[in-house]
Amino acid sequence: MTAAYELTDVRHCYGDRCVVDIPTLGVRSGEILGLVGPSGAGKSTLLRLLNFLETPTTGSIAYAGAKIDGDVPLSVRRDVTTVFQRPMLLRRSVAANVRIGLNLRGVETKDRSTERWLDRLGLTDLADAPARTLSAGEAQRVAFARALVVEPSVLLLDEPTGNLDPYNVGLLEEIVRCDNAERGTTVVVVTHDIFQARRLADRTGLMVSGRLVELAETETFFSTPQRPQTAAFLRGDLLI
Amino acid sequence: MPSPITLFIVVMLLAASCAGEGSDGEDVLRLATTTSTNDSGLLDLLLPAFEAEHDARVDVVAVGTGQAIALGEAGDADVILIHARAREEAFVAEGHGTARSDVMYNDFIVVGPASDPASVAGTALASEALAAIAVAEATFASRGDDSGTHSKERSLWDAAGVTANPDSDWYKSLGQGMGSTLIYADETGAYTLTDRGTFLAQGKSLPDLRVMVGGASIDENVDPALLNPYGAIPVNPDKGGIAGALADVFVAWLTSIETQEMIETFGVDPFGQPLFYPDSEQWRVR
Amino acid sequence: METLGRAFADALGLLWSLDAALLETVGLTLQVTLVALTIALVLGIPIGAAIGLARHLPGRWLLVPLIYTGMGLPPVTVGLFTYLLLSNQGPLGGLGWLFTPAGMIVAQTIIAFPLVVGLTMAAVQGVDPTLPIQMLSLGATRRQVATVTLLEARVGVTAAVVAAYGAIISEVGAVMLVGGNIEGETRVLTTAIVLETRKGNFALALALGIILLALAFLTNFAFHRLQVHQGVR
Repeated sequence: MTAAYELTDVRHCYGDRCVVDIPTLGVRSGEILGLVGPSGAGKSTLLRLLNFLETPTTGSIAYAGAKIDGDVPLSVRRDVTTVFQRPMLLRRSVAANVRIGLNLRGVETKDRSTERWLDRLGLTDLADAPARTLSAGEAQRVAFARALVVEPSVLLLDEPTGNLDPYNVGLLEEIVRCDNAERGTTVVVVTHDIFQARRLADRTGLMVSGRLVELAETETFFSTPQRPQTAAFLRGDLLI
Repeated sequence: MPSPITLFIVVMLLAASCAGEGSDGEDVLRLATTTSTNDSGLLDLLLPAFEAEHDARVDVVAVGTGQAIALGEAGDADVILIHARAREEAFVAEGHGTARSDVMYNDFIVVGPASDPASVAGTALASEALAAIAVAEATFASRGDDSGTHSKERSLWDAAGVTANPDSDWYKSLGQGMGSTLIYADETGAYTLTDRGTFLAQGKSLPDLRVMVGGASIDENVDPALLNPYGAIPVNPDKGGIAGALADVFVAWLTSIETQEMIETFGVDPFGQPLFYPDSEQWRVR
Repeated sequence: METLGRAFADALGLLWSLDAALLETVGLTLQVTLVALTIALVLGIPIGAAIGLARHLPGRWLLVPLIYTGMGLPPVTVGLFTYLLLSNQGPLGGLGWLFTPAGMIVAQTIIAFPLVVGLTMAAVQGVDPTLPIQMLSLGATRRQVATVTLLEARVGVTAAVVAAYGAIISEVGAVMLVGGNIEGETRVLTTAIVLETRKGNFALALALGIILLALAFLTNFAFHRLQVHQGVR
């Protein structure tokens, strides 16, 4: 199996404080990788590094076998996209929001992909509605549609269903699973919800204080954690 | 917290106390005059003397000739002091003013760039110089604001037999005051007609301008058409709200021998020559 | 009241007769205003957007108050500055722009530019601060982020355009000094109003004022329709 990412000695620091400190991590192409851990563990920062929105202070990240140094090629950055916990929707219609990634790429939007994604996310009736009037669940569905319409190789999810009702959570998890199965999309999902990681992820890792404490096949991670910290986290004990 | 109505009344009372009579009951005279008269500084010399003598305050409104006349017509001024003879006479004839009194005079001069492209330096008559400027199509800057100076300029063009208007490329109608027009002439190398007082007062900031017609002082000015008489007219008290009595007192004071002597000495110190020459009836028969 | 009534009648009469001198004045007013506005927008919107987006710009603590001060520049001071710049004795005297529409455009641009920069900056700062990172993650280039941000701030940016337009079309001090109010060359509506007032032609002056107001209103009405239309989404 090829690697989507290879991280070597990656540190991301603000002065003396390193919020990410990962000696080595491989993300397999086509897998769903779950990342759990307490707030402030550096999970979101790691996602920004994987999306090339920030550059690590030290260390290197290889993407699809090529080491990324200095300026990230636009083609690489456009291969990856993130869905954030709170989507920032533009003051435009729902359909226009879904199209934005295609517009940014200068892609002709005459094809049916926008309509297809609106349909898959149950947004067809809202296509012409102003995006600012949507509920939280609808807004996050728009965010998924605008991320997936550009057919990214890597989909990064940062607490994607944080404040949503069970219906929307189920719908969006199903969308992620389908896209992963149909297109082989690599997915890295950061979540507070350990059960979401268990439902979705092929492998799951625990991050604490910027470090990757344990990374294992999801079943192993949950049934026989190797580290005491993992066992404690899964029990619901507070971790510092 | 005072109510808005109370506040409004207080503000209106404050505003009212600033208008009309002075705070200690002194009388107020509204004098409408031209900017050139005011800019010369003459009024700053004369008015304090009048105010002290008559326990009155003079509010000067310095505007264009047309606006000064309009202020008089509307009864918004008690007396006007301007220099546009024909219009002054019309003002009295139409019943807006009681009578016109000669006060003083100075003279107009034609100035132009040192390079003198129309070769008019030293011409005796302004109308001849203007005719030469028109033939040479040298740039001429006109006040273009219906002021006394502008009226004089138009009569000189008539005398020169030239139809000068903004359709000609060389004729620039500025619509501005004397000072701005002189600066324009200096910057662009244009000729213009000016009263001598303003030209003398502004001389330092006009390095490129020279006197073309009118000589170094009024004594050298041989063109009678360039004389610039000033008249004072009390506004007709029938208009209502006019300080008619005070206006009459003011005109009498302005034309008295003592005041005329003050006028005669004004400007001699900085410029070596008077800016205005006394010319009241009393002065002439003294 | 009589003067006011006559002014309205005169204004209608002037418009009806399509007086050539009046049309020339109106035309020059629009020309100077629109050219200056366009230059100020082309320079000011990108700069305002850049400053609004660069929240950690070094020197920002000084730059922002400077811009806000520039928004309140007294037009007469700008006129004086431009005059000294373009005068024969000034550094740009060689251009021969004093007492020409080009000089007036320079002054008006200087007046409008800080308004456009400041209000664009404020509008951009009002946009969701997570917009840049979310757009970058969707594959936007830096330039595209700026464009999307401006479109997002379009109501505020339109306000910047309106404010700059209103400031310069109604401005009199600077154009009087720099333009010289020359009939048929640099006379615009505001300087014509001053002139006619000085002449005592109050009715004509008021009529010109009504035309100026109508021009401002028509343009602002169009901008407002645009804003309402955009504000829906």
